[in-house]
Parts: sequence; C-alpha cells; structure tokens
Amino acid sequence: MNRFGLTIAVPRGALLSGSLDALDRAGIQTAELRSNDRKLLFEEIRVVTMRPSDIPTYVEAGAADIGITGKDVLMEHPERQIFELADLNFGHCTMVVASEAGPDRAAAALSRLGVMRVATKYPRIAAAHFEATGRQAEIVTVNGSVELAPLTGLAEAIVDLTASGETLRANGLVVREEIASITARLVANRVAHRLKASEIDRFVALVTSSADPQSQ
Amino acid sequence: MPGPNARIASGTRDVLPEERAELRRIETALLACFLDGGYGEISTPAVEYEETFRRAAQGGADAAYRVLGERGEELALRSDMTVPIARVAGTRYADADLPLRFCYIAPAYRAVTPHRGQAREFLQAGVELIGADAVSGCAESLTLLCRALESAGLKHFKIGVGDAALYPALLDAAGVSGEAREAILVELDGRDFVGIDTIVRSLGLPDRQAALLSEVPRMRGAGLLEGAFEPPLDVAVSGLRALLSELNSDIAARVIPDLGRFPRMSYYSGLVFEAYDPELGEPIAGGGFYSDLLGKFGRPAGGVGFAIVVDLLHAALAGEERGETSR
Repeated sequence: MNRFGLTIAVPRGALLSGSLDALDRAGIQTAELRSNDRKLLFEEIRVVTMRPSDIPTYVEAGAADIGITGKDVLMEHPERQIFELADLNFGHCTMVVASEAGPDRAAAALSRLGVMRVATKYPRIAAAHFEATGRQAEIVTVNGSVELAPLTGLAEAIVDLTASGETLRANGLVVREEIASITARLVANRVAHRLKASEIDRFVALVTSSADPQSQ
Repeated sequence: MPGPNARIASGTRDVLPEERAELRRIETALLACFLDGGYGEISTPAVEYEETFRRAAQGGADAAYRVLGERGEELALRSDMTVPIARVAGTRYADADLPLRFCYIAPAYRAVTPHRGQAREFLQAGVELIGADAVSGCAESLTLLCRALESAGLKHFKIGVGDAALYPALLDAAGVSGEAREAILVELDGRDFVGIDTIVRSLGLPDRQAALLSEVPRMRGAGLLEGAFEPPLDVAVSGLRALLSELNSDIAARVIPDLGRFPRMSYYSGLVFEAYDPELGEPIAGGGFYSDLLGKFGRPAGGVGFAIVVDLLHAALAGEERGETSR
C-alpha cells in the first residue's frame, strides 16, 4: 500500500525512468522497482507495470486508479474513457511524417497517383492527420521497424514517433511534417477521480511539483 | 459446431436462467422502490419515428439504429427512455396536472465500439418526474436513486452532483464563443485537463478568467462547497447547497460535489448526477434536470429523472459481495 491508497499503472520502456522519478517526487519507494525489471506487480507500493499502450485499458476498467502513458497512446485510443490530468513534461518526442531524403516520393505519389501509402504503428493518428489536411492516404499498419517500409517500397512515407531523429537519419529518412508534440501524461479512472478526489489531487500536486520544462 | 446463422451480434447477449434470476431480483427491488415513491410504471415502443429522437436531441439521445418501415418511413430504436416519456407527457398527458411521475424497466440501444464488451442493448431502470422544480425535484429524484440502489443491496456507492449550466456560464462570462468554445467543451466532456489548459492559454484571456476555466474542471470532492464563491460559480454552488439542505443526512453523506461535470450532447440543463461504486470503473447510473426537452413535445415544463443501468448495478453488487467475502 502506498500512502495515497491508489493503484498506479507505470509504463515499462522509454517512459519508465521518468515515471519512477515522478513516483519519487510523490514519496513512493521505487528502489525495488528500479532493481527488478521482470516483476510486474509491486504490491507493497501498489504499482503495476505494463506496456504504455496497455495503460489506458487498465485505467479505464478501474484495475488501476491512475497511470502514466504517452500522449501518442492517448491520441491513438480516443475511445478510452479516461481523464487526462496532467502533462508530466518528460518523454518529449514528436509525431512526424517522414520519407526518404531527396525528392519527396510521397508528394510525388500524391500528385501523380492521387494517393500515397503511409506505414505506421499509429493508424488512427495517421488517418486523422491526412483527412484533416485533405489528402488521400492508404494507411498500412505495421507493428515495428516502421523505417523499413519506405526503404523497401511498402510505402512512400511513414508516420512515427521520433525523439532525437537518429533512427530516421540512420535509415536515410527526413521529417516532412510535424503532427503533434508528445509527452508523458498522467491519466485517471473516472470513478476513482471522484471517489478518491483528495488522494488523487495530492498525488498530482506532488508529481507535477518540479516537473516544469526548466528542470529538463 | 453451430452454423454461421447461429451467431448473435457483438454487444448483444442471451440471458440464461442463473443470471436472469439475479437480474429479476434486482428489478423487483428497484421497481418496488419506484412504485412506493408514487411513480407509475409505463412501457413505450422500442421502435419509434426517427423524427421523435431527432427533435429531442442536440446529438445527445440520438438513435444509433435506424430502419425503414414498410412504407419507407424512418424508424429508430430508442437510445434511452427519457425522450419517449417526454413524448408521452406531451401527447397522452397534454392536459393533465403536473407533476407527473413515471418509472420504467426497459431495454435501450446504442452504438458500440466492437470488442470492447459494450452492450448494444442494455437494460435501464429509471424514473422521470415531469413538471419538477429544479432543486426539490432533484432532491426527490436523487433520494429515490439512493433508496433504489440501497434496496437492491448496494452499500458503498456515492453520488457525484454537478451543474451542467456552470461551465457554459463561465465561457459566456469570459466571452469565449465559436470554435474555441466547442473545442473546450469537447475536452471538458472527456476531462482532458491538459487539452483545456492548452486551449485556454491560447485565448489570451485575463488571468482570473483563464484561471477559472482551468480550475473549475478539477473542482470536485467533499468540502468543496465551503467558503465564498465569485460569480458565476456562486450560482452553481448555492444550487448545490440548496439541494444538499433538502436531503436527509444519510443521502447528503453520499454526495460528492463535482463542479467540473459537463455532459455534452445531452438535454440536461441544470443539476446533473451520477452514481459511482468503488467496485466498478464506470458510473452505474446517471440523471439530472432538463428544462427544454418537454417543450419540444408541446408541454413546456422542467423535468428530472435518472436511469440505472441494471447490468452495471449487477456487476457492482457482485463486486461488493466478492470484496466482503475476501475481507
């Protein structure tokens, strides 16, 4: 049991260390979490760990009261009925449209064929972006190594998350458009948000206390 | 192996004797409570003219399923019972003295996202009090909701109460209109505080107004109503205080004030309430006051009502039972 009486869903992967720093700010003991990367459930501090994309599922169902996940996950799953409480200001990256360096093959496909093929792990974000900008795009969903798609001719462009742009550069891709800037967000179950209002507010205040952009 | 025609649509299900018996027990308890409160049970057609729903809805109770009748007329499955009851009040009770009290236990239909375990067809038990004064009507309705849930055996539930008119009044006071207003209301409905803050910051409002638009969505919880409030917050707060003063202390103890609640795309225009149980991640019941719905069916009057989703109440009861045996 942590001192807030909240079950907290914490993302494994790139957002883990920032999330643990946030828990430290709230005074939750994260030593065991930091030293054990196979265990999933830490009952003593009521923390569960999982892939970032599973966080909204657990929080919506009330299996966790609050959780941390990327804005990319929230944008890709707008149907999840969860509350977005705060921008935690870590895990900064950008959702971009990228294609091979040199003449833009995606633009060429669009002007000659009227449609471009876009590979992505984020089909809904990609589809919404091209719809909003009035372009026809065939969205090809892949589960990983998105950069491979333009190199092999599967697609002319990709929509993906980039932090430093290194992976893109290493594969000869350049950013053509920025769709959204992404950070880690704190989310809450909508029933817990009412029933555990003061506990959640206390947690939010502590977690966001020094999470301002200057501290990055 | 069943043939392909033996399937049923996702989001629908057959209720077999074990579950049906438990549901019946809940329905019986709820109905007894409603009848005891002076509410007469009614039934309305599952299928009505689509025009009826369109007239009532600002997108809110919009029908998800439409069919063409044998003469090409557009029919729709009801998405809740409030609109059909408003129609009944305006037609069959056009000259009757107010207030009118109706209750129902009936299935309603809504669109679902596939594979999310959502029900296309779900059983609602609820009441409508037609010709109600906002505060005393809500006090009566909210009390009945609590008594009904208690009579079904639910113990640890709370009722969140807000005012659907508050946030629009804040936006009016700040002079926020058009696209920005719509965008904020969308974020507010989903309680995306980061989204609200971003839009509010982009508007360049005076500090105080911007702070109110950002803070009010977060304002909920016990103890919220103490102290002094500035306009237009004071109107909503005194409405909630007036409501609480009309409630028995055991009911008032269940109330969680929730100033940030804004049910977008609904006919609610005043006090709104929702029932939460710690065992369930979603609200079990919802209701509130509506001022304009009945007028659309020729009987201008205020109304207040609620609907309990019987399947969710059942799940919460099962959850509380599990919690007690494991404790």
